Amino acid sequence: MLDKIGIAKRIAKEIKDGYYVNLGIGIPTLVANYIPKNMDVVLQSENGLLGMGPFPFEGEEDPDLINAGKQTITMLPGSAVFDSAMSFGMIRARKVNLTILGAMEVSENGDIANWKIPGKMVKGMGGAMDLVASAENIIVAMQHINKAGESKLLPQCTLPLTGINCVKKIVTELAVLDILPSGGFKLIERAPGISVEEIKQATAGKLIIEGDIPEMVID
Amino acid sequence: MNKVFNNADDAISDVHNGAMLLLGGFGLCGLPENCIAALVKKGVKDLTCVSNNAGVDDFGIGLMLKQHQVKKMIASYVGENAEFERQLLSGELEVELIPQGTLATRCMAAGYGMPAIFTPAGIGTEVAIGKEIRNFNGKDYLMEMAFDADFAIVKAWKGDTMGNLIYRATARNFNPAMAMAGKITVAEVEELVEPGELDPDHIHTPGIYVHRIFQGVNYEKRIEQRTVRKFED
Repeated sequence: MLDKIGIAKRIAKEIKDGYYVNLGIGIPTLVANYIPKNMDVVLQSENGLLGMGPFPFEGEEDPDLINAGKQTITMLPGSAVFDSAMSFGMIRARKVNLTILGAMEVSENGDIANWKIPGKMVKGMGGAMDLVASAENIIVAMQHINKAGESKLLPQCTLPLTGINCVKKIVTELAVLDILPSGGFKLIERAPGISVEEIKQATAGKLIIEGDIPEMVID
Repeated sequence: MNKVFNNADDAISDVHNGAMLLLGGFGLCGLPENCIAALVKKGVKDLTCVSNNAGVDDFGIGLMLKQHQVKKMIASYVGENAEFERQLLSGELEVELIPQGTLATRCMAAGYGMPAIFTPAGIGTEVAIGKEIRNFNGKDYLMEMAFDADFAIVKAWKGDTMGNLIYRATARNFNPAMAMAGKITVAEVEELVEPGELDPDHIHTPGIYVHRIFQGVNYEKRIEQRTVRKFED
């Protein structure tokens, strides 16, 4: 089974040289730490920055320089700053190659729910609805099972939707799965020490298993 | 043409009860702190506030919420404010949550003189309920209306007496699009200079969009999530 860092490391392997990538809050933020050093990858922060760098050294925090999670950050050489309208312009125009975000539920046809639990939590969608509606390539980083022990990979989402038919790939503590255009979670890899049977039991939606399923290789 | 005001109190003195305000800032970054403090002091009520976030309990728009000055809040993310959540769940506050890009682009549309935009954000979700959907090239888009706000209240780093504005780093965020969108736009700046001191090639918001400008004071610039790394990293 993978921990959060394991999930982040596995997702980092999906990033290619030259990509512009938007990372959501939570596990997706950790992915930045595992992008191979020999790759040129530019991180987009939707509050208006391309070229997001690591957290500042203590004492060098700048209140005018934050990421979309409102954390203090730095800018790398070659960064560009822009306003929120242009930021979502470049997202809508599909200039961002990859979007990585968290989810509460994903359905077998690629619907995602991650912004609201009626009666319990009203934080809002932030930029997630814009990102999932426009991104060409969306990877979801999440736990396979929620705290109540229920699968988060469902035939249909039960929570209010963030977007429809948009998620392409999911990486959980148990597995890597692709969502097929015709519907269904296609099992691609198992987490170390996890059996296909365990993944079956943790997946409520349609699971497609073809041939031998390899174990993930994580450095 | 005199756009220069002495202070925030003067610049927002005619904001009336029931007004619709666009307020710049992302989280607590790039907030028009002086104007928010003046609005709190003035005690103006029944406001409709459009801003990406609702501040925190004791800073930003949170200060106006605490005094029950806001009738309706239009925002994309409101996670960090317990008083906000309390007023929302008790029904004291009307809230419309909209996608962040939709919020920014509805401001932009107003500043570009366009009545509406088409965006895919929210298709297939509760955001789309009751809205016109158009299909372009095989993809569905929601029609979202440009904001029609009485005042836009923004914060810039530097400005000149002509109203030209320059922002700094990610404190830019919603400020430029909102500055373009107000029937009356009020800009507070950290440094107010004379015409000619700002390079025209570096202006982010041309002064034609800005009706009032003043030199802000005592900027607190609070940090919401202070994250740092250690030197050995």
